[in-house]
Formats: sequence, C-alpha cells, structure tokens
Amino acid sequence: MSDDAKGSGFSRRSFLRGGAAGALSSGLAAGLLPGDAAAAAAANDADGVPIAGPDPVEVELEVNGAVRRLEVEPRVTLLDGLRDVLDTTGPKKVCDRGTCGACTVLEDGQPIYACSRLLIESAGRSITTVEGLGSPEAMHEVQRAFVENDAQQCGYCTPGFVVATAALLARNPAPGEEEIEAGLGGNFCRCGTYMGIRAVVGGPGHGGGHGGGNVGG
Amino acid sequence: MADTAEGTSVADYSWPEVDRRGQIGRRRTRLDGPVKSTGFARYPSDQNPPGLLAAKILTCPHAHARIVALDTSAAEAIPGVRVVHVIQGEGSEIQWAGDEVAAVAADTEDIARDALRAIQVEYEVLPHFVTEKHRDRAPAAQPGSERTDGDPDAAFASAHRTVEQTLGMPQMAHMCLEPHGQVASWDGDELEVHASTQAVSTLAGQFASELGIPATQVRIRTEYMGGGFGSKFSPDRWGIVGAELAREAGAPVKLFLDRDQEVSVAGSRPSAFARVRVAADEQGKLVAWDSDSWGSGGLPGTGQTPLPYVFSRLPNRRLRHTSVPTNLAGSRAWRAPNHPQACFLTMASLDDLANELDLDPIEFLDRNLEFTGRADVYREELGIAAGMAGWKERWQPRKRSRDSALQRGLGVSIHTWGGRGHASNCDVTVHPDGAVEARLGSQDIGTGTRTIVAQVLAETFGLELPQVRVSLGDNRFPQSGPSGGSSTVGGVCASTRRAAQDALREVLTRVAPGLEADPEQLTAAGGRVFVEGEPSRSMSWTEAASRIGGAPVSAQGRNPGPGRLISSGVGGVQIAEVEVDMDTGVVHVERMIAVQDCGLIVNRRLAESQVYGGLIMGVGYALFEEWIPDPVTGRLLNADMEFYKLAGLLDVGSLEVHMMTGPGYDERGVIGLGEPPVISPGAAISNAVANAIGVRVPYLPLTPDRVLDALAGRGGIA
Repeated sequence: MSDDAKGSGFSRRSFLRGGAAGALSSGLAAGLLPGDAAAAAAANDADGVPIAGPDPVEVELEVNGAVRRLEVEPRVTLLDGLRDVLDTTGPKKVCDRGTCGACTVLEDGQPIYACSRLLIESAGRSITTVEGLGSPEAMHEVQRAFVENDAQQCGYCTPGFVVATAALLARNPAPGEEEIEAGLGGNFCRCGTYMGIRAVVGGPGHGGGHGGGNVGG
Repeated sequence: MADTAEGTSVADYSWPEVDRRGQIGRRRTRLDGPVKSTGFARYPSDQNPPGLLAAKILTCPHAHARIVALDTSAAEAIPGVRVVHVIQGEGSEIQWAGDEVAAVAADTEDIARDALRAIQVEYEVLPHFVTEKHRDRAPAAQPGSERTDGDPDAAFASAHRTVEQTLGMPQMAHMCLEPHGQVASWDGDELEVHASTQAVSTLAGQFASELGIPATQVRIRTEYMGGGFGSKFSPDRWGIVGAELAREAGAPVKLFLDRDQEVSVAGSRPSAFARVRVAADEQGKLVAWDSDSWGSGGLPGTGQTPLPYVFSRLPNRRLRHTSVPTNLAGSRAWRAPNHPQACFLTMASLDDLANELDLDPIEFLDRNLEFTGRADVYREELGIAAGMAGWKERWQPRKRSRDSALQRGLGVSIHTWGGRGHASNCDVTVHPDGAVEARLGSQDIGTGTRTIVAQVLAETFGLELPQVRVSLGDNRFPQSGPSGGSSTVGGVCASTRRAAQDALREVLTRVAPGLEADPEQLTAAGGRVFVEGEPSRSMSWTEAASRIGGAPVSAQGRNPGPGRLISSGVGGVQIAEVEVDMDTGVVHVERMIAVQDCGLIVNRRLAESQVYGGLIMGVGYALFEEWIPDPVTGRLLNADMEFYKLAGLLDVGSLEVHMMTGPGYDERGVIGLGEPPVISPGAAISNAVANAIGVRVPYLPLTPDRVLDALAGRGGIA
C-alpha cells in the first residue's frame, strides 16, 4: 500500500487528524482505559465521536488471558501492536489490508482481521491469538487436527487458518460447504494445503483415505 | 542397490529393503507441525531482538524514469527516524515500477512510513513498455537464431493433419506469504541475518562481498521461512540495504517488503507465447513441429522455452524465439522453471491435434511415447490415471453444440523433471546417552526437509523420531545446497544416510566385543542392537551408546558420494475434469488426478502434500493468477491479494494422488518432488475446458471473459 498511500497523501494519521478537526486532539477515547480514567480523558468531536491521538495513548486489553497495558499511537493496528509491541508474533502480516486472513485473531470470541483493526478499537476487549488456543505441548484440538492432516507446509498462513477454523467449528461443529466458504473463504494459502484443511473441517472433497495419524505406508 | 539384505549392517551405502524399513516410506506427520500450528514457530519476520528498528523502502512509481532531484532532509528531521539511506540517487535511471530508491530505519514501522512520504523525489518520466504479448509493439525485441532439426517443411507438406494457432500465458507472481526480507544485527564486525531464504549456506558469501567483510563474519539463520517457490535465493538489494542500515544505526533492523512490493519486484514467472504448428500422419504419429515463440521475464527478457515439451525426440522441428524485454522487474525461478509454460504450449497443441485426428487424446499420447525419454513410465501412469478418472467410460469427443448451460470436460497432460539431489554435507553425532543428532546447513522451506532427515536418521539407527534431533537453518552447520529444483530431498537424504551409516558402524565396532560378535554381524533396529539372526544376543540402543566411551561418535556424510542412494528423472500424468458455465464463462475444476513417480518415497504423507500443493498452485495459474500491467502507467494493476487471485479453499475440487512406488521405482533411490506436480495443471485444465466447450481458449488463466470470447469465436490472446 505504500505507493497508494504516498500518492494520495492519505494516512491513518491524517485520517484521525481530520476526524479531530476543531476538537481537542490529546484526549483518550472512551474505553481505552477502564472506568473513571477513560471518562476523564475522553474527548469528542462535534458529532460526539471519540477522538484519540495523534500522540500515543494508553490502552488496556486482554491478550491470551493476560491483561496488557501499553502506550501506542492511535494509528497502530491491532496486528502491529500484537507483533511489534507485545511480541505476539503468531498472527502474520501478509497482505496488511484485510484480504488474506493470515492475521486472524479472536476478539471476544469473534474472528477478525487484526490488520484491519486499530489497536485502540480493541481496548477493553479480549484478544485470543493462535498462541492462546494451545501450545506445542498442549495443542487445541484444531491445532492437533492441522498437524495430523498435514494442513500446513511453510506454515505462514497456518495461524490465521487455525484461528478461523476454531471459530468456525465453535459455531458449527459440522459445517456445510456454504458455512465453510463463509468461515474460511477469507483465508489464503500459497503452498496448497487445502486438502489438509478440508479434512480438518470435514468439508467436501477431502477423501482419498489419506487422513489419520501415523500409519504405515 | 545393495546386493545383500542385511539392513544397516551392510558395508556400503544403501537404503534398507522394503520389509526392513521402519521409517522410509511411512506417513509421518511433520515434526514442526505443532510449533507451526500453534504460532510458536518464530519466522525471520517474527524476530524482535532488543532495540529493533523497523525499515521500509521507498520505491519508484514509474516504469521508466530518471531521478532528477531527491531530497531526504524532511524525512531525516522526523523524530524517531534513525537512518535515511539513498539507494538510487539523482541521475539514476529506473527501469521498472517498484524499483528501490531510498530506505528508512526508524523506531516504528509507522514512523518509517511517515519518513518515506516526506522524501521528495522529482522524476523525469521516460517511455515504457510493459505488454509483451504485443510483440510487434515491443521497442527492444531480441529475435534469436532459428534452429531446425530434420526437414519440417517436407514433413508438414506430407502430413495427414496439421493444427496451427497462437497460445500463451502471462507473467505471474510467486506471492510468498512471508515477504522477502530479513532482520540484520551487528555485533562489532559480526553480522547475523535472520533471512527468509531458500539458501542458508550460500547467502553468507553474498552478504559478505557486498558489505566488504569476510564471509566468516556472516551468520545466516532460517529456522522457518514462509515460502519461496524459487524466488528466495539471494540477499537481494533490500537485504544488503537492511544490513547497511543496521550497521549505520548501531541497532538491529527488520526490513520486509510490503505486499505491493512483494508482488511487483520480488518474484515472477516469465510469460510464454507461441505460434505453434504441429502435424501427424494417418496413424496418429507426430511428424513435425514448428514454433515461433516469445515471452518476457521483465527487463531481462526470456530464453527459449524447451519445445516441444516431453516429446523432445520428435525428429522434424523448427524453433524460433524472441526475447521481449519490458519495463518490469526481472523474473525469478518459479517452481519448475520453464516447464509449465512449455507443457501448456505443447500439450494444448497436441490435444488439438488429437481432436483433428478424431483420436482420444490418451490414445494419441500413447502412440507417440517413443518420442519421450521414458515411454514405459508414462504408459503405466496413463493407464492408472485413466482408470482413476473412469476415462474410458466417461471421456467423449469435444462437444460441438450447447445442449445445456453447464458442460463438463476431461483433459490430460504429461510432464517430466530431473530432481537429482544437490551437494550436501551432514554431520551426525551419537552421544553416549543415546541421543542422535544431524546437523546440516540446509533449510526447510515447507516441504518437510526437517522431517525426512529425521526419518533417515531414525531408520539408520533403528530408533523412533522423538529419539533423534535434526538441526538445520544455520550456515554454521555443514554446507548444504539451496532448496531449488527439487534437489533438496535427494541431497540431504543421501548425505544424512552416509553420515549415519558411518556413525553407526563406528558405534557397532565399539560395542561388538560386548556381544561377542563381529561388527558386521550387528544390526540396529527397534531400539536395540543385536546379532543378526540371534535377537537374544542384544542390548538396548541406550546401553550400546553408553559403551562408546566418554566422547560422542560423529561422522560426516556427503553428497554426491558412493552408493546408489539417489537418481533423477521422473514422469507424471495429470487428468483434470472441469465444469464450464456456458453463460458466464466460469470454469470450475471438479476433480484432478495426479499420478507421479519420484523414486523411493521417504514420507508418503509429505510426498502427497507436495503433489496436492502443486495441483492447487496449478489450479491457481490455470484459472486465476496473472500479473496485469497497466500499459498507461506501467504499474501492475493487481499488486495486492484482492485482484491478484490465489485459489481458495473450495476452488480446487476433489484432488486424487497416486504415487508410483514399489519395485521398479524404489530401486531408483530418492528423487525430488517439489516441481513435477505443478507442471501439468495448466495444460490439463485447458484441455478439459476445450473438451467441455468445443473450442480452445488459447490463453491462461482461463478467466470468464476469455472463455466467453473463445465461445463467441473471438480468438486470439487478448
């Protein structure tokens, strides 16, 4: 997006500045901090929309079960905040514009693209990344199914697919083709691991008898 | 092959016989699956050393321009900007959009982007050319010399049937999900680079020569990497710039390309177009080939595609080729370089000729296998593939009428590849506690290298996978080749097997007296060392290892080397079944069948995954993927993932893989598999569409507009 951004002079910073025209620009948006601190710091524009930045603001959110408080510029995406500030690098930065799904995380249980959310929008919310679902020693059942069905090669799309699949199967343990399309159509793999992923979700065309664990060839 | 069946106790280097294999050929899950599926795997782009700076690159928006003025002062004044580095300064001539002009290292990525926007560049925009399919408009086309074998003119004159048409496929992107880039850190004059690379062992020297330091001071680390497909063999300019930024800033620098840069400059497959004429006699035997081809790999143009593909022994042929340079970034090796293009140009032409001859295309291929290098393999594979597809019962000649809105068709293609193992060195160490480790300067690019090396280790020592350790992804380990051309599996399996057999022989020599046996009588299997034929005279592996003395036993293995562990040369057959919507032109791949040989299979599951991956990537370039350069601006219109379409989860239909294994194949040893399955899909799917709709869509990808154009009789490669 660098050329586009340069060409138009549009940036997240200028967008936020535009929204802040005529209003205080140093306040904190409601919900960035719990309780009174937020109320005291909040500022709104003429339409009552809360304003934050451009200077760094303090934000509190829950990441993989731990409360994290950090200071970031309001323009920082949830993905950059997770990866660059909190060193939570499971979610991957691939397209950085809401197309490929590699950055998928759960926000209060709902799958979202972390690249397309500002971190301040997730203030006060609970974020679960792929690392929060399980660990190599204690894998989530979806993670284990990805391993057993060889649903990863280079593995760079895998964190997003695992989170999106876990969300899909939590909603519907036996999704049909349309539900799979809706749940996983926003994730892309380049190595071509879809056969394994389809086996994980029990979707169409995963046959061929190649599922299961370590068995003799 | 060994002339005995004594498993690991033979004195030469070989693979165990089929009934003695504990690991080779099994379906093992990949060892790094758990760390990848939980997000715990730290890729180069995930490295966050203390004090890390973020770097971004300013690229030229013009396809051809001269830099008239460049001012970085405003960028340097931004708080948090640490280093601004001019890559191409005033007076430089830029030859493609996306070429690097300047780089910034800053405290955060957002500040680095602010700085890029603050850099003032004045360009003199120059004329450009980016649409090489219009060869006649190219300002710098480079016609090559004509090559003629036999007497094609006479052969065409006396031929029974001839087809002639123009076919083509565009440039497309590698689209690695982890972009190209690296984290570079200096400790004094020592450079450490976490690089997303396919070439751990060769990268250090390239960094060193560019940076003016000895290669001994460069360390390359690549524990995991997010896809390469042939595009990640060198440091690239952004790698050198990243290291320079880090040196100047005195801090580690992370520099990974943005997606638009990744698509535009970090890897594309050359295009290929050709006017093809091919003829056969009354018996359906090929008699002549004539092709006038052209294509581009961006600024460097492109070389002659190997035509006719696979049927390279066809006696009468004439080849001409024109290289067409464009103002686009240079192409890179893309999985099976040149083969998918040559395969499409050839197999589509032969399919149309079969149609002219009123022959079943499988029958037509079969009648001409003498012109290939491995007729027996193809014949057997064609039979298996046809059986899996129900070809005999279900194939019908091309339809000439539109009896319903949805039309189905079947298409076939065959392909070949080498896949000989590359140069590789491997250290194997047996510790007195029984732990076994292999270390090699190779890399696992997602193919499963780590896992298959572990299988070879475990096989040799008669252990299970958790009892062995594989260390790779570090140039401090013994040098091993870059992962390209399906060369890794053969290289690392051979070097590991030789090292492991030597190390085991040393261990057996030391423990033989305790079993009152000669070392040659001993076998390691099932976690024990025992006298062959007398399993009661045995000890556990742990006990055996404890007797080697206080120091570990180690051995180095190399490839190439003695013993028949690997070879090269494979054939494969693919059949596609498609459904075409005659009203909308939308093609759906219903089913693909792949029959593939690769010699001795180390891991059946990972081998199948390679084939599935090749098929899926093939559906992508057959139906969706292409670089779309804008002739007006010279920029790509789809340097993103919205309009550069990858195949999605449900776009690929049902995939069925049959691996050729067992007697006749296993004896050939290990042969690479990454490239072959990606070669045929474009041709097989195009042939299936022609079978379904009755006409050839001459251009890939088979987008709805092209299908509708072909149905309307508007041919050509527009």
